[in-house]
Amino acid sequence: MTAILETRGLTRRFGGVVAVDQINLTVNEGELRCLIGPNGAGKSTLFKCLTHQLKPSSGEIRFNGRDLKGLAPHRIARMGVAIKNQIPSVYGGLSVRENIWLAARRTHYGRALDTTVAKALTEIGFETAERTAAKVDALSHAHRQWMELGMLLVSEPKLALLDEPTAGMTRDEMLKTVRIIQKLNQTSTIIVVEHDLEFISLLAKRVTVLHRGRVLVEDTMDKVAQNPAVRQIYLGSQWQPPTSVPVQ
Amino acid sequence: MERLKSYAFVLPILLLAAIGPSVFEMFGLVQISNFATMALAVLGLAFVWGFLGVLSLGHAAFFGLGAYAYAITVINLNESSFAVMAAIAVPALFSVVLGYFLFFGRVSDVYLGVITLCVTLVLYNFTSATADPSYHIGAAPLGGFNGITAVPQLNWPGDAEQFLEVETTFRICLIVLALVYAALVALRRSSVGRIMVAVRESELRSELLGYDVRLYKMLGFSVSAAVAGLAGALFTAVNGYVGPSAFDLNQASQFLLWVIAGGLGGLAGPVIASFVFQYVSTYLGTSGVNTDLVFGAIIMLFVLLKVRERVPALWGRVLQFRRPARRVQAFTPSARAVESGE
Amino acid sequence: MDQTIVLLIAIANNIALLTLISLGLAIIFGMMRVINFAHGEFIMLGGYATVLSANHGINLWIAMLVVAPLTVGLIGFVVERLIIRPLYGQIITTMLATWGLSIFLIGAVTTIFGNTVLGVSAPLGNITIGVYSVSIYQLVLIAITAALVGACLFVLNRTRWGLIARGTVQNPTMASAIGIDPTRVYAMTFMAGAALSGLAGGLLAPLSGVIPQMGAAYIARAFVTVISGGSAMVIGTLSAAGILGPTVAILSYAATPVIGEAALLLLAIGLLRVLPRGISGLWQGGR
Repeated sequence: MTAILETRGLTRRFGGVVAVDQINLTVNEGELRCLIGPNGAGKSTLFKCLTHQLKPSSGEIRFNGRDLKGLAPHRIARMGVAIKNQIPSVYGGLSVRENIWLAARRTHYGRALDTTVAKALTEIGFETAERTAAKVDALSHAHRQWMELGMLLVSEPKLALLDEPTAGMTRDEMLKTVRIIQKLNQTSTIIVVEHDLEFISLLAKRVTVLHRGRVLVEDTMDKVAQNPAVRQIYLGSQWQPPTSVPVQ
Repeated sequence: MERLKSYAFVLPILLLAAIGPSVFEMFGLVQISNFATMALAVLGLAFVWGFLGVLSLGHAAFFGLGAYAYAITVINLNESSFAVMAAIAVPALFSVVLGYFLFFGRVSDVYLGVITLCVTLVLYNFTSATADPSYHIGAAPLGGFNGITAVPQLNWPGDAEQFLEVETTFRICLIVLALVYAALVALRRSSVGRIMVAVRESELRSELLGYDVRLYKMLGFSVSAAVAGLAGALFTAVNGYVGPSAFDLNQASQFLLWVIAGGLGGLAGPVIASFVFQYVSTYLGTSGVNTDLVFGAIIMLFVLLKVRERVPALWGRVLQFRRPARRVQAFTPSARAVESGE
Repeated sequence: MDQTIVLLIAIANNIALLTLISLGLAIIFGMMRVINFAHGEFIMLGGYATVLSANHGINLWIAMLVVAPLTVGLIGFVVERLIIRPLYGQIITTMLATWGLSIFLIGAVTTIFGNTVLGVSAPLGNITIGVYSVSIYQLVLIAITAALVGACLFVLNRTRWGLIARGTVQNPTMASAIGIDPTRVYAMTFMAGAALSGLAGGLLAPLSGVIPQMGAAYIARAFVTVISGGSAMVIGTLSAAGILGPTVAILSYAATPVIGEAALLLLAIGLLRVLPRGISGLWQGGR
């Protein structure tokens, strides 16, 4: 297995606060990695650093062995890194189809572009013409999340970063999201930030726990859940690591 | 069908070009030619502001540069075809240089507006200060505040002696207006145009999808500059004169007013608005009322009306008969301000 | 030697002039994020207030230092109510509306007072330095500008009112939660900025005379100074003027004033390429 993403000593400060502190993270090709941690652990900041939406204060990011230092965000995107931010960032004033088209347009041309867009629209559940012509601003929260996942699907990234893709979803909606992500994982490496335990247990093999900007542990979900340090940091918070995976 | 519909606006323009000479007197033809060149210039601004969300307050700078480039080239080379080409090339190149600093420097929207305006003011002051005969380019004196006078009109390509008649110049102005309109509609419908709209909607998302936002903005900026330059050339050719007033703040504000009044996000609206307001302006000019007073008030009024959702209810009641406009809101590309966050 | 002194005075003068014509704009932009395109016309109105009242027998110093800022401050009060407040928070829209205002004011003044130059003579006469003659009034102008900068800094940083204003700018919601009315603070700020612009116009009137279009002569320089200065209103403007002023002075001296102004703009554009947030970005850190 070869590493697709490697960070060495990645650090990001905001004034005196160190949001991401000396993170060494290695993700292998084809992996589906889950990133968990309490609020303020630095998950979203890490994602923004990886895509250069925020400039790292120090440290190194290697993608496919190449140092990303100094690259503009669009260059990183062209290398095959796609991101779904925590706050949906979509073209609210454009239609669903236009959004997907714009995501596919970078890598597809001519007839292939049309078929890719059509296929993706079906995969994320926007079949009817009425739905694909709807303005994104008018969509429900879940549909907007799915559409953003659809944008990731068609851009065929090598690495997809998903920041809380199931936030605010019902269980059924979450299960549908899991299927879309599994589909995406057939071709892409995925790192996903989530709080939903059922979601994590359904998808992830390896879990990395961040705490106060640092990597606390990295292991399988079962081991992580039994780790005393993890239990310690979550003590008293709403999020309690379970002793066993929930029944389905 | 829908595709043809978006080009439909060329028909009335071409109709005017066809029947104009048999309807209007000489004076009317010159006046409409003038209006058409200004309408052409405003197309450039309507495009870059409406489709790309780049508010260039210095659109008059490109118009003026094109006007001066035409005058200087045609006086030196005696051939209007080259002069028109120069009038397109000079502002386009200038916009690339300026755009490099503004877009690649990631200057904010507000600063972009202010700087483009300052560029216009500096060009105005510069051209006004060139009265001394030592300021000349080849055979063309810059003429300071009085500008360059007796600029040759358009001639048949290749035959410098054969000037075009007023009717032909009239038709050329309108046909060029129609062609540029059609070209911009085609650009809007193309892949590049759709990406430009995407950039307007969300710079962040476009960037994360791998589009180089700076490049698209610079491209659109240059297209608008080239269109303005072409308009400047035709304006000078119709009038035989160019002066610093081409760079004047009033000129710059007129372009903005036409786009605001005609509807941001469209192309035909600003063209129609430009004809209407130019007519009003010439009418006021003959009636002795101060045009600044009237147009200043009109601009304020339109700006306040367009954002009436946020203005106290009185405006809303006055305006109830108007159907809600589905246009870009409040002149600021919506999503961007929210996303950039600071 | 004499030449050096005269050049140094010219440089000091340019710095003072840039600061003077920018201060009102900088306060309004820095505190309210409002780009006031009618800034040049506020200066123009200050000039008219001074010239007209001086010609009606009011002492010139009172006309410049009291009548001009008071008049324009009151106009600022009305403008804030009618145009700025309904559009608050929409930078671009406000910019366009104040542009309309600028043209409207030019038209109004032309209609009332005509399109001719009015003037008052500069007070205080000249002193000679070697073969050169320097206007004492210009030296006084430098001193007044320095005093104004000091006063602005004092009011903003050392008084209760300055604290309230800065707090409101930082966090309007918090300010209203502790009983401050942000609308009033903005109104006061706009008035203060307008009054400063009026004062600048009053002080400049004896030097240049007044015509309705005179605002355009100052506005490019004022904008360039303010955006080069960045978010630290007073200090930013002062440091931008400190960098841009000498450049303009030397180039105007060596070539022509127009070249000086063009260089000012080029320098500012280059500066923004390196420091997109202006000179203030240097010490305010961040990305």
